[in-house]
Amino acid sequence: MLNSILFAITITLMYSAPLVFAALGGVISEKSGVTNIGIEGMMSIGAFVGASVGYYTGNAWSGLICAGLSGGVLALLHAIASVTFQADQTVSGIAINLIGSGLSMFLSRLFFNGATTTLPVPQKLPKIFGFLGEKYDFINCINLDITVLLSLLAVMFTWFVMYKTKWGLRIRALGEHPAAVDSVGVSVYRARYICVILSGILAGIGGASVTLAIISQFTPTAISGQGFIALAAVIFGKWKPMGAYCACLFFGFAQALVIMLGGGNNAIPTDILAMLPYVMTIIVLMLFVGRSSAPKAAGKPYKKGSR
Amino acid sequence: MSNAVNILKKPFIATVISVILGFLVSLFVLSAAGYDPFKSMAVMISSIFSRPKFITNVIIKSTPLILTGLSAAFAFRTGLFNIGAEGQYIIATVVSTLVGLVFNFHPVVQIPLVIISGVIAGALLGGFTGFLKAKFGIHEVITSIMLNWIALYTCNYAANLEAFHKPESNGTYPINKSGISMLLYDWKFSEQGRAFLKDNSLLNDIILKTDLNLNFLIAVAMAIIIWIIVYKTKIGFEMRAVGFNHHAAMNAGIRVNRNIVYSMLIAGALSGLAGALTISGTSNNAIQVLSVFENNGFNGLAVALIARSSAIGCIFAGLIFSGLIYAGQSLQFKIGVPSEIINIMIGVVVFFVALTKMFPAIVEKFFMRRSENVK
Repeated sequence: MLNSILFAITITLMYSAPLVFAALGGVISEKSGVTNIGIEGMMSIGAFVGASVGYYTGNAWSGLICAGLSGGVLALLHAIASVTFQADQTVSGIAINLIGSGLSMFLSRLFFNGATTTLPVPQKLPKIFGFLGEKYDFINCINLDITVLLSLLAVMFTWFVMYKTKWGLRIRALGEHPAAVDSVGVSVYRARYICVILSGILAGIGGASVTLAIISQFTPTAISGQGFIALAAVIFGKWKPMGAYCACLFFGFAQALVIMLGGGNNAIPTDILAMLPYVMTIIVLMLFVGRSSAPKAAGKPYKKGSR
Repeated sequence: MSNAVNILKKPFIATVISVILGFLVSLFVLSAAGYDPFKSMAVMISSIFSRPKFITNVIIKSTPLILTGLSAAFAFRTGLFNIGAEGQYIIATVVSTLVGLVFNFHPVVQIPLVIISGVIAGALLGGFTGFLKAKFGIHEVITSIMLNWIALYTCNYAANLEAFHKPESNGTYPINKSGISMLLYDWKFSEQGRAFLKDNSLLNDIILKTDLNLNFLIAVAMAIIIWIIVYKTKIGFEMRAVGFNHHAAMNAGIRVNRNIVYSMLIAGALSGLAGALTISGTSNNAIQVLSVFENNGFNGLAVALIARSSAIGCIFAGLIFSGLIYAGQSLQFKIGVPSEIINIMIGVVVFFVALTKMFPAIVEKFFMRRSENVK
């Protein structure tokens, strides 16, 4: 019994970690007033770069860092379009998705002999209690990926910055009333650039935490829709870091349920069971969450001097 | 100078420029990756235009793209973001296939039955999204994303149902022949038909080697109908008003919630039509187990964006998109260029479409600076 509860918790946390990074990125970007639909593309490129750098250098950490950078570069494109050129952010986001997933497969074919699957990394990211070895059964049960811990830290850090510091206040105001922020002498453009790039870095890390911790290589199906699920988690969590974190845990938990109910000679067909997380989400939204309100200025380009 | 600025303000010109820029960037990517860009270009052009079969195939494959594009464009016009086109498309293929397998009427009844059942399935899924938004205020994007996955797993479940599963395949049996809407389907595989086509290489290419059907014409007709609904009818006006500013619309006595449901119903029906026509009119005529999304709906979003949500524009954007996908397969097959370059190319085109609003301003700024320098 205890073991199966621990198992459920472990799976929940394992599945949610990549989503947490990506959703956190979404929260930051949207709080600053830039809608980011391109998370999926940024995750894809992060997943590929993480796995391939991890493979070529043999060091998973450098893979993770490069994955963040690659996500950031893609986000920079989004920022240029949506902040400097005041483009439609949805359009630009969809473009980023197409470019991100296309580019990751294209590069994979270039670097891995025409295959869309990279070779497995020699060493995955460490586990939290990895240094203890595998001597104790109990510890093996709760030996989580380091990304789980990192994602939690990232959420707490973001929450702190967002709600307890001057900079956080400014970011939140950016999404509600950018002109007000401008009037006190903060550059709206620069702040939005920083937030969007940060969101790309987080999404890239999220992608890499799939290919460097959960599985050990990039495959075309490694990132298939997690970016959109993260997007849903942002809305589900009402554009708050903690809310998004809980939403991701909820998705992870639903996944754990699927795995646990699926074992053995159960009567429920796998494909029906696999719908569970999505059906649960809709029901929870209908029953409990209700009307969600995005930051007021999210999606609206800011023109300096406008009111 | 002001002429140049005015020309750039025309949506059509701006889109053409985006497409050209998209091409240039992808050629640059190709040459950076060590491929010969000019050869790739030549292969792409010849793989679309060198044989009647290719042109026909591009037109046939553009149909679902045009329709899902219309679906997304219609939703955009009414202020909604139909990312659920993917799920609506999938659910329509499932329902059409099952209906086509279970019933077996005369083609005059069967073909419309198969198609309309798919349309209804898509419409219901879209309408459900609209209903949740209207009634509970749940963002349509989040519902759509969930419903896409639910549709995907429904498809996988249906494809594995014992009653319909075709042994040693990963899908169902093809639908009953009476529901297949490919032109001259029986005749072209009969001895008589083969003998006739053998002597006529053009017809042979167009009829025998493709899934020749009337779907494209249906898509074009739908584009015109949607244009009329959006711009020439009261309900279209109301939907657009809700999309522009739902507070103002409500003040004007327009029922906002009802219009949201209606417009999602129509958007869903269009995506559903795309799926239903694919089942009825193109070969396999069956659903397969999906391990990932096939992007028929997601590509529709890109089509709508390239078309700038214009219904008629969707026809051309769909054709371009379909041509590029078709050419991408040949690129990989003939000279080993990864076909994903097409995704990059389309992404870059959409990216420039996002920027085009700024083209006139950039040119203006550039010229103004120059004229100031002259003074």
